[in-house]
Amino acid sequence: MTTNTKPKEMIHTQIWLEEPEPDNAFATKAAYCHGYDVYGEMLGQIGWVEMLYLLFRGEMPTKRQAELLETLAVALINPGPRDPSVHAAMCGGVGGSTSASCLMAALAVGAGQLSGGREILLAMQNWNSCGTDIDAWQRRLGLPADTTVSIWPAMEHPPGFDPHGISTTTPVTQTLACLAHMSTAAFLPWLSMNLHHLETAANHPLSLSGVAAAAFTDLGFTPEQGEMLYLLLRLPGTAVHALEQKVYGHKKFPFFRLELDDNPGEEGK
Amino acid sequence: MNGPELLQKHADHLKSRMGGCFLGDRVISRGYNLHTELNTMDWMEYYAFTITGRRFTPQQLRIMNALWLYTSYPDARIWNLRIAALAGSTRSTGNLGMSASLAVSEAAIYGRGIDIRAIDFLQRTLKEMENGAELADCIQKELKRSRGIAGFGRPLSSADERIAPTMALAREAGFDQGPHVKLAFAVENHLQAGRWRFRINAGGLFAALGADLGLTAQEYYLFMFPAFLGGTPPCYIESAERPEGTLFPLSCHHIRYEGPPKRTWQPLSEL
Repeated sequence: MTTNTKPKEMIHTQIWLEEPEPDNAFATKAAYCHGYDVYGEMLGQIGWVEMLYLLFRGEMPTKRQAELLETLAVALINPGPRDPSVHAAMCGGVGGSTSASCLMAALAVGAGQLSGGREILLAMQNWNSCGTDIDAWQRRLGLPADTTVSIWPAMEHPPGFDPHGISTTTPVTQTLACLAHMSTAAFLPWLSMNLHHLETAANHPLSLSGVAAAAFTDLGFTPEQGEMLYLLLRLPGTAVHALEQKVYGHKKFPFFRLELDDNPGEEGK
Repeated sequence: MNGPELLQKHADHLKSRMGGCFLGDRVISRGYNLHTELNTMDWMEYYAFTITGRRFTPQQLRIMNALWLYTSYPDARIWNLRIAALAGSTRSTGNLGMSASLAVSEAAIYGRGIDIRAIDFLQRTLKEMENGAELADCIQKELKRSRGIAGFGRPLSSADERIAPTMALAREAGFDQGPHVKLAFAVENHLQAGRWRFRINAGGLFAALGADLGLTAQEYYLFMFPAFLGGTPPCYIESAERPEGTLFPLSCHHIRYEGPPKRTWQPLSEL
């Protein structure tokens, strides 16, 4: 059977070119990412984070940009077992659910407006609108939340800030200091210099998602790209905690106490 | 109370008005025993009860059933359903494929993204008109705000095959003259008369029926979650029965590359 029949339907892409093996149009002989030969030239030479940047931005990062993205990826790699997205993945692991479902659970819970992907998108939109204008930030952070009805609930805190925090946590301070020192763009250094003013305007301390949003913006990612990257970069921690709980088993996993407001049948128990 | 005090107050226990299970004894759902008081409900009725806490009449349930049934297309070409089919083709699990199908059904141009915006538009517009606003102004405002009106127009086709059977059932069940249904068709008439030429789609009509059933936007959004579910198993099953990897196989010739030309890769620069 010939495999060279002209296809009737096409997938359009500006990212990836594949050339077929001479004996099989469904097998790849060479793959090019934004014009670069992936297996012929880059493999063994390029780091994962540089490839990640190239995939998303279409151009190679500078060395400083790659270092910044790699450092951010390290900061985000494990939200820790207290984080709701990791908690969700562990709920999958403890019952022996499929690996994919554990990651899907982590993505679903980690997609939201509290420390999740949606928060990154909204925070990056704020960076794009306010830039390094403190007055613009103060106006923005003073605005009531958008109440347009959509699949997303109304935002309950300024994106990028911790609604339950008392002060800027040590890891947030450490991450901001480290990334601001590395950034060759404007936002992280400005955030570091103006942190107190922004936290006062937001009435909450900065969160790690707020640092990540500034870093993604400094790296030139769009809010949609930042949201995707944030979802991706937090997955390794969710995966290992899911695997770990599978080994520990359900007897060592919290089930929590229930208090029902309306509890027929309680009497006599 | 806020900050860590608020978190501490909620630690280590679940305080709920919705329900819970007392393993080995009983299950309470919104104040009723699932196995002795709610056990005669059909599943869809129970699902609507868990969302709203309300009971629905048999005529209302016929309409609600149709909202799910009429959207359960066994067509693996449709984007969300294709995911269940691709999962079958790659020999993934049915549960993963069908779950991902439903997750993706929360889309901007169809499914849940449209559902919640459509019911919100109809409910807002009806309220505004009851307060004296003109329909034309409400439509204009929505078009300006959203560059379209959820529930009107359709991505792949101008006609919607679900409208006629839904309206036939609505007439039988006595829901064809509800205020939101009437409003939805008034919106369509306005859009048809203007330059937009949008026709009502099932998302618009279903949302109108949901509003006439007394559902809030969030209740309707949650109720519609399984709307595409009935289409997913056949897509998965058929793909899983075919030789592996044979659902929509793409050759290298199927990819139209529109990016930069081939270039020589250089290691990172220092800056």
